[in-house]
Amino acid sequence: MIRLTFSLNGRPVRLRTAADKRLVDLLRQDLGLTGTKEACGAGECGACTVLMDGEPRLSCLTLAAQAEGRELTTIEGLAPAGELHPVQRAFVERGAVQCGFCTPGMALSAAALLARNPSPSAQETRQALAGNLCRCTGYQKIVEAIQAAAAALEAEP
Amino acid sequence: MSDHISAGHAPGRTFPRQDAPSKALGAEKYAVDHYGEGLLWAGVKRAGVPHAKLRSVRVEAARREPGVLAVLTAGDVPGPNRQGVVRDDQPVLVEDKIRHCGDGVALVVAESREALARGLAAISLDITELPGVFDPEEALAPGAPLLHEDHPGGNLLLEGRLQKGRGAAALADCPFVAEAVWELPRQEHAYLETENGWARLDESGAIQVIVSTQTPHRDRLEVARALALDPARIHLRAPYCGGAFGGKDGVTVQSLLVLAAMAFPGRPIKMWWSREESMIAGAKRHPARLHYRLGADREGRLKALAARLVYDTGPYDHLGGVVAALGLEHAGGPYRIPHVELLSQAVYTNNPIGGPFRGFGVPQALAGMELTMDLLAGKLGMDPLELRQRNLAGPADASPAGVKLAGVEGLRGCLDALAGHDLWRKRAAWQSQAGPHKRRAVGLSALLHAMGYGPVIPDEARARLVMLADGRFRVYSGVVDMGQGNASTFVQIAAEVLEQPAHCFELRQPDTDEVMSSGSSSASRTTYTYGNAILAAAQILRARILREAAAILGPRVKPGDLRLAPGEAVHPGLDAKVPLRQVAERLSVERREAEYHYVAPTTQEPKAPDQTLALHGFPHAVYSYAAHLAAVEVDELTGKVEVLGYVAVSDCGRVLNAQLLEQQMQGAIIQGLGYALFEDFAAPRGRSLTPDLATYIIPSSLDAPAMENIFLQSKDASSPLGMRGAGEIGINGPLPAIGNAVARACGIAPRRFPLTPERVLTALGQLGDRP
Repeated sequence: MIRLTFSLNGRPVRLRTAADKRLVDLLRQDLGLTGTKEACGAGECGACTVLMDGEPRLSCLTLAAQAEGRELTTIEGLAPAGELHPVQRAFVERGAVQCGFCTPGMALSAAALLARNPSPSAQETRQALAGNLCRCTGYQKIVEAIQAAAAALEAEP
Repeated sequence: MSDHISAGHAPGRTFPRQDAPSKALGAEKYAVDHYGEGLLWAGVKRAGVPHAKLRSVRVEAARREPGVLAVLTAGDVPGPNRQGVVRDDQPVLVEDKIRHCGDGVALVVAESREALARGLAAISLDITELPGVFDPEEALAPGAPLLHEDHPGGNLLLEGRLQKGRGAAALADCPFVAEAVWELPRQEHAYLETENGWARLDESGAIQVIVSTQTPHRDRLEVARALALDPARIHLRAPYCGGAFGGKDGVTVQSLLVLAAMAFPGRPIKMWWSREESMIAGAKRHPARLHYRLGADREGRLKALAARLVYDTGPYDHLGGVVAALGLEHAGGPYRIPHVELLSQAVYTNNPIGGPFRGFGVPQALAGMELTMDLLAGKLGMDPLELRQRNLAGPADASPAGVKLAGVEGLRGCLDALAGHDLWRKRAAWQSQAGPHKRRAVGLSALLHAMGYGPVIPDEARARLVMLADGRFRVYSGVVDMGQGNASTFVQIAAEVLEQPAHCFELRQPDTDEVMSSGSSSASRTTYTYGNAILAAAQILRARILREAAAILGPRVKPGDLRLAPGEAVHPGLDAKVPLRQVAERLSVERREAEYHYVAPTTQEPKAPDQTLALHGFPHAVYSYAAHLAAVEVDELTGKVEVLGYVAVSDCGRVLNAQLLEQQMQGAIIQGLGYALFEDFAAPRGRSLTPDLATYIIPSSLDAPAMENIFLQSKDASSPLGMRGAGEIGINGPLPAIGNAVARACGIAPRRFPLTPERVLTALGQLGDRP
């Protein structure tokens, strides 16, 4: 067992866990944050994406131990409680959510994209999402939603 | 069309998708999100060989592993150990014969995932390998190894034949005949949420099951039969699926989970297939070999068609016969052809299981027809769009399968819309702008898709809608929402009739204790069948509310004087209002509850040539239509095909919710694009070479072009909702449209799909030769 201290969705966390525990299992099974999805377990699909110090990270390929001292954001912490992040709002309004299993990872990848590039082109958006597979939407409404979220964020004071 | 629905409060185009916020927040609980105190993990040992005699399963070492609580084999299955909807030929755990690599031979229950993995690894099998059969046509040869010795038809699971006029003999009279054998790959569903479920045997003896499924009520019966249980003991809940596309139409983890739960009363049990296990053990779209001969006269009028469709159904029925029957019904497309001979076969092999996958046998059949249509257009020197327009069946005609195509004029509208589209009209200029070493071309396909179960199995729904004590409402969804948004549409339909905003509705997902069976989430029937039922239930409740509100306002007020508004009933003349809460207080619990049993229309015309084919769903009464166009660019140096433009014109009747309909079409088109260009679940001699998403490639955001979807809305009189099925038709189009475009670009039509760069390069290198 190892001791870990990190920030999770803005709150400090201290816990003991197995040294070989995957981050995705710590989040989902031990901490009950099931918004983080696992769909391949091998870093191929992006469903388990979380943000580590603001950067997208595949939690199925990350050991819990690697969270030590980091700031972690899961889908549950992307927006303040009771609110939607502009990316989430755009996903809802623009029809970018179907089965929804890729949505948390997709939304976190998109939020990270907009943090580093506030007005990405459609092609830049597609490139940023290339590691997040979706089997339902055909991606069109996801790309449109992210472009709409970018515009909404730009318009904010 | 209903009076209320068009005058409704919440116009369809903007009704918000009810599940989107909770899914975007990560708050929605899928089956896979259930754990619990004292959780045990269950998993399956897979056979790993395609055909073998199983002499024994060596379980002792596994039982000694720390944390392993039980290892169960076929002998521990209390019932007949057989699953299957049409023919129950699939064991829960193999008794003595392994029929494909994904067969389950032992069930392990453990304290943790790690212990489970160790337990599974410690099991070994004592087997004698048998010669396998891996090609469906070889499986039909005399002396081929048999999958099921007890099946009267040998390896032929189902065969359907239809003949019209003089059949294939009429080809001899045709001056132009196109002939080809097309090979279509095995396609994996690749839903992101792999097969999984949770179960617990509680103190009362009830077995609680939460599972990712399209068929909760049927699962309950299947599990009960396989394990010799009273179905009433099984309480099954079906949350939103993280994708399904047909792959969860039928039992996956259910019987195994219940078996594990029975062994450990009180303990929650979880089974969650890994991606690799899902790939190896889950069902796939049937690979198909399509033999087509299509003849026309000198004016380009279709005269004769002979087609043989061979579906590789793998080791078990798993609705494979129904798939082949639906393929048969669509095999000649939407055309007027006087002489037709069609044969469709589903054949057992030791390959991975073929099963339901969006389209259900139709993508293969229409690919055969539509690719052959372009070959024929080439022989005739005729424009492929004109060939389709000239031969399209009219309302008085029957399809090549003999079925009357109600609403087929809508397809003429779809083809006309493509004819007027810039990508078609200006294609010559667009093609000439291809860069160096690039070739461009445009291809088409004309599509139809039947809705529902056909003439024998009742296609019915029993909708349930409740007015709550506070004047709000609860919609019970009786058919699983696997991502299509049908649950949301059920709310929308009720909201329009009751003229209430979305926030006045609660929505419950299917639960065998709360709703009666309304059938599967499949067959493009979900919104049609349950939607019409909820429409009627809402109209019943509306009438009761208005009657009660009128009574509150006094004896001279008639229900017809009132209308509904958010939260109240209003009498415009008297300027009086009755809060719905007050109405609810005066209604008994029973009267606040509305149920409606709806049965979708069927046809017996034409009568199926035999009862078996009718049982497998032939023929259907309601069809949707579409025409697709793909604009592709082929790289002469690499063979890579890029789809640069895509247009789909669909007629699925009245549009209830444009955003949800676009979602269905866009998603289906990109699944179809993957099917055309790179998806191929390779399993030579039954062993998977593509067991993960690094080797089985599905389209990413960079592979998907922007699509244009156009919807015609012909009036559909087959039901009050005025709509038709829309979930599947979109996947029928991309493979033939892209295939036809690539053939045009290359000057030769590759016969084998997907169109990988190697195959395209081969086609380019063999210009003028037979591929």
